[in-house]
Amino acid sequence: MLANIAIVLFDGFAFGMLLFVLSVGLSVTLGLMNFINLAHGAFGMLGGYVTVLTMRQLGFPFLLALPAAFLGAALMSIALERTLFRRLYRAGELNQVLFTIGVVFVATAAATWFFGTVQQVIIVPTWLRGSVDVLGLPLTAYRIFLIVVALIITALLVFGIERTRLGAQIRAAVDNQRVAQGLGLDVERVFGVTFALGSGLAGLGGGLAIEIVGLDPSFGFHYLVYVLIVVSVGGLGSISGSFFGAALIGIVDVAGKYFVPEIGSFLIYLLLVAILFVRPLGLFGKR
Amino acid sequence: MVDTTLARHHPDGAHTWLKRQSRWSVFEIAFWLATLLPFFLFPTYLTLASQIAIAALFAISVDLILGYAGIVTLGHAMFFGLGAYSAGLISVHGWGEPLTGLAFAAAFAGLVGFIVSFLIVRVQHLALIMITLGLGLLTYELANALTWLTGGTDGLRGIRTWPIFNQFRFDLWGYTAYSYALAVLFLGFLASRRIVNSSFGLALRGIRENVRRMPAIGSDHRRHLQTIYTISAAIAGIAGALLAQTTNVVALDALSFNRSADVVVMLILGGTGRLYGAILGSIIFLVARDQLAGVNPQYWYFWIGLLLMFVVLFMPKGILGGLARLVVRREP
Amino acid sequence: MSPIVLTTDGLCKRFGSLEVARDVSIALPRGARHALIGPNGAGKTTLINLITGQLRPDAGRITLGGVDVTAMPVAARVRRGLTRTFQINTLFPDLTPLEAVTLAVCEREGKAGQFWRGLTGHRAAIDEAFDILAQLRLADVATRLTRHLPYGQQRLLEIALALATRPSVLLLDEPAAGVPKDESAMLFNVIAALPQDITILFIEHDMSIVFTFASRIIVLVAGAVLIEAAPDVVSGDPRVREVYLGQAHGA
Repeated sequence: MLANIAIVLFDGFAFGMLLFVLSVGLSVTLGLMNFINLAHGAFGMLGGYVTVLTMRQLGFPFLLALPAAFLGAALMSIALERTLFRRLYRAGELNQVLFTIGVVFVATAAATWFFGTVQQVIIVPTWLRGSVDVLGLPLTAYRIFLIVVALIITALLVFGIERTRLGAQIRAAVDNQRVAQGLGLDVERVFGVTFALGSGLAGLGGGLAIEIVGLDPSFGFHYLVYVLIVVSVGGLGSISGSFFGAALIGIVDVAGKYFVPEIGSFLIYLLLVAILFVRPLGLFGKR
Repeated sequence: MVDTTLARHHPDGAHTWLKRQSRWSVFEIAFWLATLLPFFLFPTYLTLASQIAIAALFAISVDLILGYAGIVTLGHAMFFGLGAYSAGLISVHGWGEPLTGLAFAAAFAGLVGFIVSFLIVRVQHLALIMITLGLGLLTYELANALTWLTGGTDGLRGIRTWPIFNQFRFDLWGYTAYSYALAVLFLGFLASRRIVNSSFGLALRGIRENVRRMPAIGSDHRRHLQTIYTISAAIAGIAGALLAQTTNVVALDALSFNRSADVVVMLILGGTGRLYGAILGSIIFLVARDQLAGVNPQYWYFWIGLLLMFVVLFMPKGILGGLARLVVRREP
Repeated sequence: MSPIVLTTDGLCKRFGSLEVARDVSIALPRGARHALIGPNGAGKTTLINLITGQLRPDAGRITLGGVDVTAMPVAARVRRGLTRTFQINTLFPDLTPLEAVTLAVCEREGKAGQFWRGLTGHRAAIDEAFDILAQLRLADVATRLTRHLPYGQQRLLEIALALATRPSVLLLDEPAAGVPKDESAMLFNVIAALPQDITILFIEHDMSIVFTFASRIIVLVAGAVLIEAAPDVVSGDPRVREVYLGQAHGA
C-alpha cells in the first residue's frame, strides 16, 4: 500500500511537471498582458504533431524532435501574434476568450482533417522505455526523464527571469506595466518575445506529453482546461506559482483517478473552485 | 441662457424619451407574429422550431448576465442541465405535469444559481471565467458519476410528460411541443424585457459600463449581480426543463462545455445586450447546423471557430449591433 | 463656528517603502469650501481615496457626522453622504446622462434593485435627475450618450452623479482637470452655486481659482499636512512659497 502511494505520488508529480511545461508560458504572458489566450493548449497540440511528423516523416530522433516541437509552436505563435492576437490586447476579455476559442475550434478541425481522430503513437528511444528500480520502487524511466527535463526548464527560467535583461524587463512589466512603459520599456516587444517562448514551451510540452497521455485532436481543448487550472491555482505571472500549482494538480489528479476512479476529473474541478473561492488570485497570486 | 435651455428641454421630454426606450416597436410585434409561421409554412420543421425556441430562451438567460451585467460565463450549461435533470427526474418518479415541472426546475436551478452567485461576485477576469468553466465541468462530472440518479452516459430515460393543462397531448409532429416552447419563450422574454427596462436593468448596464463607479454612487452592486445571476440561472433551468419535457430524454450533453460555448456563440453572433440578438443568433445557428447536418461535427466547429474570429474582429456587436449602426448612420 | 462633519485622525498609508499619507488629521465644518493643494505626488488623491474608502489606511480614523466610518465599504459611506468625483472621468460611456443620474438617484432611494417595476414608473427619481442635470446646465444633452459628450460636459456629469447621492460632504478631485481655463472658471461657478450646507473639499492646481473659491486651504507635502489656514495666511507663508508655489510655477 505504501509503495502504491509512493508510485502514485511519483506519477502525479511527473504528470504535474508535464502540466508545468505546458502551462508556464501562459502564466507569464497572462501576467504580462492580461491577454487570455485559450489557444495555448492548441500550441501544445501543434508541438505534439510536429514531434510525430518530424520523427515519422523526417526520421528525427526523439531528442531532436522535441526542439523542433518547441520551434514549430514558437514560430506559429509569432505569426499569429503579429497578425491577429495583437489586435485583441485592448479588446476586453470576452473578445479575447471568444477569439482564442475560435482558434482552438479551427485547430481541432484542422488536426482532424490532416491526422484523423486516431491516437498518435511515437517510439521513444530504448533508454526511455521500461522502468528503473529506485529504493525498491519501479519508476518509469520516461517519467524520470520528464521530471529532469521540467527541472532543467525551471532552472533555466528562474535563471533567465532573475539574471537576464529580458527577465528583468519581464519582471518590471508584470509588476507594473504603466511604470515600465514610463521608463521607456517596449512592453509590446517584451510581450511578443515572451509569448513566443511560452508557446514554444507549450509545444515542447505537447511533444513530451504523447508518451504519457497520447495525442489526438481533442488535446488542444482537453489540456487547455488543465493548463487554465494550473494557471488560476498558481496565480498569474509567477513561475514558482505555476510549478507548485502544476505539481499539486498533477498529484491530485493522478491520485484521484487511481484511488477513486468512479468520480473521474471531479476532484480537480472541485479543487479549482475551492481554491478560487478562498483565494481568487490563486495560491501564489499577488494581483 | 439657462432658461431657454430648460424651455426647450422640459422634464416631460425626459419622461417621453425614457418611455420611448422601452416602447414596443412595430418590428417587435411583427417578429413575434412571424414566430407563428412555422405552423403553416414549415410544419415538418416544428421539432427544429421548438429546439430553436428552447435555445433562444437559454441564450436570453445568458444575455441577462453577459450582455447586460457583463459577467463572462463559460459554464452556463450547468443551469440548463440542472433544469433538464430536475424536470426529467420528477417525471421519472411519477409526476409528469409539465408546468409544475418547469416551476420545480426553475426553483432548483435558481437556488443553485443563488448559492453559486456568492462565488461569482468574489472574482473577476480570468478567475471568473475559470470558476464558471470549473463549475460547469464539475457538474458534468458529477452527473456522469451519479449513474444511479442520472443514467450516466446512457442518459435519463423513462420521462413521460402529461398533457398540458390536462388537455393538449404532445404529438409526434411537434405542434404541441412548439406551441408550448414558444409560449414559454415568449413569457420568459416578457419577463426579461421588463427586467432590462427597470431601474434594476439600468443598474446592470451601469455595472457593465463602469463597475468602478458603482460603489461611488452608493450602489451595492454585488447584490445586483447576485440577483441577476439567480434569475438567469432560473431561466436557463426553465429552458433545460423544456428540452427534457419536449424530447422525453435528458442526455449528459445538456451539461456539456459545448452547450455552454454554443450558447455564447449564438448570443455573440446575434448581438449582446438586446435580447433579440439572443433569439436571432439561435435561429441562425440552429438552422445552419440543421442544413449542414451531414457534415462531421468536427468540421461544423471549424466554421464556428472561423465565425467567432470573424465576429470578434469585424462585427463586435453582432448582427443586430451592425444593423443598428447602419440605421443610425442613415438618420443623422 | 459650524459643527464639524468630517474628520480624519492620524491617517497613515504606505505603499512599500513609500509613505503616501503621514499622520493626516483634518476637520471639515459644515458648509466648508476647503481646497486641498500640494505639489504633484503629495498624496492628495490618495487622501481622497482614504477618506472615501477606495483605500484602507494603515492607521488612523475617519469620522463622518461623529460616526466612525474607517472600516465601512465605499458604497456605505456614500449612502451616509460622503461622495467624491474622480480626476479621470469615471462615467458610464454607453448610458445617457439622464439614465446615469436617474440610476444614482434610484440607488440612493434603495430602488435600484426593483427589477419588476419599469424605469418610467420612478417618476420622482427621473424628475430629480433632470433637475440636477438642469442645475449643471446639462439638460440640453440629457439624452445623448455620455461618450459623445464634449469633455467639459463630461466633467460636469461627474459632479451631477455625485450630487445625485445627496452628499453632505463632497470631495472633488480636480473637477476642472483638462478643462480649458475659461471653461474651468465657469465650472467653478457652478460648484460655488451648490447648496451652502454641502461641505466641499476640492483639489485644484490653478491658484487663482483656489484663492477665489476656497475659504480655507490645506497644503499637503509628501503625504503630510504642512499648513491649514485661510488663503491669505497660506499665500504669505514662506514654507508654502518654498515647497509649493516655486514648483507650481513651472506647471
